[in-house]
Amino acid sequence: MAAAVRRRTRAGSARIRFGFAVIAVYVVAAVIGPWLFRYDPVGTRTADRLKPPFTRLSDGSFAIFGTDQVGQDLFAQMLQGARISIAVGLATLVLAGTIGVTIGLAAGYFGGRLDGVLMRLADIQLAFPSILLAIFIAALLGPSVVNVVIVLAVANWVTFARVARGQALATRRREFVDASRTLGAGTWRLITRCVLPACIAPVLVVATVEIGHVILAEASLSFLGLGTPASTPSWGVTIANGRNYLADAWWISTIPGIALAFLVISLGVLGDALRDRYDPRLRSL
Amino acid sequence: MGAYVVRRLFFSLFVLWGAVTIIFVVLRLVPGDPAYIMLGPDADQAQVAALRAQLGLDQSLIQQYATYLANVVHLDFGESFRLNADSMSLVLQRVPATIQLATTALLLSLLIGLPLGVIAALRAHSWVDRAISVFSLMGQSTPSFWLGIVLILVFARGLKVLPSAGSGSWAHLVLPTITLALPFLAILVRLTRSGLLEVVHEGYVQTARAKGLGEGIVVLVHAMRNALIPIVTVVGLQFGALLGGTVIVETVFAWPGVGRLLIDSIGRRDYGVVQASILLVATIFVLINLLVDLLYGFLDSRVRLAGD
Repeated sequence: MAAAVRRRTRAGSARIRFGFAVIAVYVVAAVIGPWLFRYDPVGTRTADRLKPPFTRLSDGSFAIFGTDQVGQDLFAQMLQGARISIAVGLATLVLAGTIGVTIGLAAGYFGGRLDGVLMRLADIQLAFPSILLAIFIAALLGPSVVNVVIVLAVANWVTFARVARGQALATRRREFVDASRTLGAGTWRLITRCVLPACIAPVLVVATVEIGHVILAEASLSFLGLGTPASTPSWGVTIANGRNYLADAWWISTIPGIALAFLVISLGVLGDALRDRYDPRLRSL
Repeated sequence: MGAYVVRRLFFSLFVLWGAVTIIFVVLRLVPGDPAYIMLGPDADQAQVAALRAQLGLDQSLIQQYATYLANVVHLDFGESFRLNADSMSLVLQRVPATIQLATTALLLSLLIGLPLGVIAALRAHSWVDRAISVFSLMGQSTPSFWLGIVLILVFARGLKVLPSAGSGSWAHLVLPTITLALPFLAILVRLTRSGLLEVVHEGYVQTARAKGLGEGIVVLVHAMRNALIPIVTVVGLQFGALLGGTVIVETVFAWPGVGRLLIDSIGRRDYGVVQASILLVATIFVLINLLVDLLYGFLDSRVRLAGD
């Protein structure tokens, strides 16, 4: 019985371990992979064009995932792409999280008219398909890594704002906050020391759930030619590129897509498991 | 109910005004002369001058905003320099194709997603439920542009049973519909499952069961009616993602809808068409959410009573 209860409270452990393990592999590959397998974005090796997976190339190296239309090793390109996609995902979350938490805390803590204005802004944003907003801004700013981060952060801050606002509303009336106020703590101190810490756990959970969506959105933008430029090929760029060679080289588009989907699935599994364990109230997000 | 409808109508108008304003602000926030940015480096002086006049760039920001709002109300997004036609009518020509794709995808998702969700909830924690959950998770995580490419590889290039691109027959509709529907379907499965699981232990469901009603009627009539409320809301909100998804799916399959026009117009720096198509899609989305809200009031009397 005790064992059963224990297992019940630890539900999701297997999913959390699985998620962390897969993501760790991706992160390690993204960090050290490009040093081990050099990728030169402007290099061309015409002798090795469009070689299928498991081919020995002219320089003796082994192309496990084949080569693209200019003879680049697809595996090396994907390692580079992992670095770009994950870095863009993390940077977007940091920016969107900072904007969202700041707005959410302000709205929830001060309430009143400020809350009304900020939350109507969030409603407008939610009523607007976020990929359209991202496409519009990206089209104006032009393709670059920094612009993708800005665009995706603008399209994704609302979830963070809502969670932070909810926590701020729940926390600001708690006894320990009143106690701190009575002891003379100022507004800034109350927000940063009392309300903000209460937001951190749910915001981290939301971030885990969101990062998969952000990485997918980055890939979609890049696929449309509005994301990272060709000199920094994220997975979306590589997949888009392979579209022109579907008849001769199925692997260019297919393999990076599998890698991308598997990462997003693992992030989804981890995010759901963390949410179930630490904050089941966020289930509707 | 009347006051509720009016309130929702006002909110929809407010959201549309917000969308228009966001577009205006973003166009003016981007560093540089909007006319230059919109026309690109290869535009000649006359074109830039014409667009500057049309946008009213020599006026104050408030005047520019007023002109912009007036133009939007008259559905006037200017001439498309590239296609020599009125921007809005160019977009309107493409709407039927997009609506066709979006509605077939929606129908497919409902036809498959709802039953799968019900089965998963009825057999909760069984292997059937696990299999459905895995399918749903994969559906949500698969990049749709990639899925489209893989479907083309398998069914158009490999098996040669379906066309890879274009429109005109029902066969052309199959692959884009599946590609667009999958993520939406996956979300629907999850929502239906969790919605049903939340209500199956409620008193009224047990009462229905205690009255001796069959399990099918208990689930489909008594439990489902309440489980539907959150499902309908999220379906409305997610429909925006579905509409956004048409941009990608139309690009992959060369489907002649608004999404593909949008991407082509961005490539041509045809910003009148870009704004017209974004605002039109946003309007369709807002209208659908208005409909959902009204339906919501019909399904759940507490919603409309709260406002009256």
